[in-house]
Amino acid sequence: MLGIIASIVDGVLIGSVYGLAAMGLTLIWGVMNVVNLTHGAAIVAGMFALYLLTSALDLPPYAVLPLILLGGFLVGVGLYWIAVHRMIGQPPLMFLLSTFSVNLVVIGLATAVWGTGLFNVPVSLPGVTWQRYTFPGTHLLAAALTAVIAGLLYLFLYHTRLGKAVRAVADNREAAELSGIPTTRVLSLAFGLGVALAAAAGMLIATMFPFTVLAGDAYQLKSFVVTALGGLGNPAGALVGGVALGLVEGFAAQFMPVSWTLVIEFVLFVLVLIIFPRGVFAFTRS
Amino acid sequence: MSALRLLAAAAMFFAAPAFAEEDTLTIGMTLSQTGPLNVDSVAQQRGAELWRDQVNEAGGLKVGDKRYKLRYVTYDDQSQGGRVQQLYTRLIVQDKAQFLFSPYSSGLCATAAVITEQYGRLMLITGGAEPKTYTLGNKYLVQVITSADHYLSGAIGALQSKSAHAKVAFVYSDDPFSKAVTVAAREQAKESGFSIVLDESYAPATTDFSPIINKIVTASADALLGGGHYTDGATLARQIYDQKANLKYVALLVAPDSPEFASLGEAAFGIAVPSQWEIQATYKPEFGPTGAEFVKAFQDKFKIAPDYHAASGYQGGIILQHAIEQAGSIDADKVVAALNAMDVTTFFGHYKIATDAGHHGLQTAHEMVLAQWQKKNGQLEREVVWPKSAQTADILYPLH
Repeated sequence: MLGIIASIVDGVLIGSVYGLAAMGLTLIWGVMNVVNLTHGAAIVAGMFALYLLTSALDLPPYAVLPLILLGGFLVGVGLYWIAVHRMIGQPPLMFLLSTFSVNLVVIGLATAVWGTGLFNVPVSLPGVTWQRYTFPGTHLLAAALTAVIAGLLYLFLYHTRLGKAVRAVADNREAAELSGIPTTRVLSLAFGLGVALAAAAGMLIATMFPFTVLAGDAYQLKSFVVTALGGLGNPAGALVGGVALGLVEGFAAQFMPVSWTLVIEFVLFVLVLIIFPRGVFAFTRS
Repeated sequence: MSALRLLAAAAMFFAAPAFAEEDTLTIGMTLSQTGPLNVDSVAQQRGAELWRDQVNEAGGLKVGDKRYKLRYVTYDDQSQGGRVQQLYTRLIVQDKAQFLFSPYSSGLCATAAVITEQYGRLMLITGGAEPKTYTLGNKYLVQVITSADHYLSGAIGALQSKSAHAKVAFVYSDDPFSKAVTVAAREQAKESGFSIVLDESYAPATTDFSPIINKIVTASADALLGGGHYTDGATLARQIYDQKANLKYVALLVAPDSPEFASLGEAAFGIAVPSQWEIQATYKPEFGPTGAEFVKAFQDKFKIAPDYHAASGYQGGIILQHAIEQAGSIDADKVVAALNAMDVTTFFGHYKIATDAGHHGLQTAHEMVLAQWQKKNGQLEREVVWPKSAQTADILYPLH
């Protein structure tokens, strides 16, 4: 029983980071109806940014988080103008092709530079031991930082003029434009925010687990599952969905081989799409 | 007349490469330049490259009165079986490879073997340990490394010397090699009097091992045996350390044998690995370099120390070279006959294969050692801890 509780707690801690990654994906969808297939590459970029900044500049791991958020935002805004803006008004398939192409280019270049070997960022942080089970400090701090970032995003979206503009564009782009909101700039801002969140999630994942250039695909898939759980376009739902996914992973693994986890995830994905097409946690959307 | 001379000279000029082509031996292989098998596959390839370069620098491979320069044709298999099948067909049909070296990992080797047997091309298996492939009636496969069913024998022997009734957890990758290793090791563990408290496989792409480690803690295991390849094995080792699983003994397949494993820092300390070969090995070779000479040549060329994958890649080369020289021919059947008859020792250890139809090509003589990451002058280094006759340091037990 204690093992089950420990795994659930651990699942929730890690799931919250999955939720952070999915918040980036769902924010972009909510504002501009674009499935961003550079999401996995953005997660990997966060991982490598941590690796490079800590090894080259000898910075403490968590001190680079603001830099990664800022860098992710700027890269995201740049990506918007390069790969997304020209597709506005085009069929959805064009967005998929465009962002998928960028993803291939980024991962291809990264593979050429770093190969596909494993990278590890050693993070020395004391954990919390309960009975015989230890919750690593990296998992606890990743969950705490996720909560902080999610809180800041909430404050931005609900208590700033710019955030309100983002929500207005998400609700009705034409009406927002008629009200004088510079919607194109808001779209690029939202894309930048989405990439920044994905990069931050990648950085936090890299403090917990070793990673490769190709690691983004697995987390991108998880983000899709989480987004389906939380409801497309709903950042708060994505966070709750991530926690729920982590909880399911931790709980299920105690009763069946861990290799079944992926099967469980995708069965859940399909069931949610059939039973709750707007997302299980769609009620959290205001 | 002068025009005719010019024409003749031009004809000779263009014919020259054709003569050179005849004196070149083409060897084909795929390597995993990308994908999860990248680290070990590249190491294996480096060993093969060193052999090729040494042979070419010495004037080529001697076959009777002729000397052949070696030429490699390689492709990136992306660690995927589907790619291997396409690429080995291409190597044989399009690139006209006369001999083949295997890709890395049991799964990819088994896939490539389907093609190489179909075309009757000899393939030396330098990176696939699963024994099942050799029970399928293949005639042109030759394994130079110990097969999977003996991989964890040393780890179990070493554990028994420290704790006769240890509680063992088997946690292993859900791939053909790791499963074959575990099937045999499970029986050996039972015969040794250990109780198996956990038996769990995981998908090779697993990154979060927290639920498995909690299961290990719940089962109160003393020892963990298992792992798979580099990416998953190193990830598992890091999380065992982070989650303080309180294991007294950990032996993982493949991953800890790579020099890169030291990048895990403290998480690498104490982890043991069954190894096909270690730098400290002192076999007396009947041909080819000594262990020290191989290590020096490898370090001079690649600026890193070789691991057993690099050594097995090189071993594939010198075994093929010896067989061709013995056969005095590059005819595949004659070379296979020479390989069947060989019973030799090289820097890598003993080589002899089964020749009966039910197991042809299976390595029967090569022995493994158990290495463990320990600290020497504050630096992480691999020491040979088992068998006792080959020990360079006592085994660290218990770890906690």
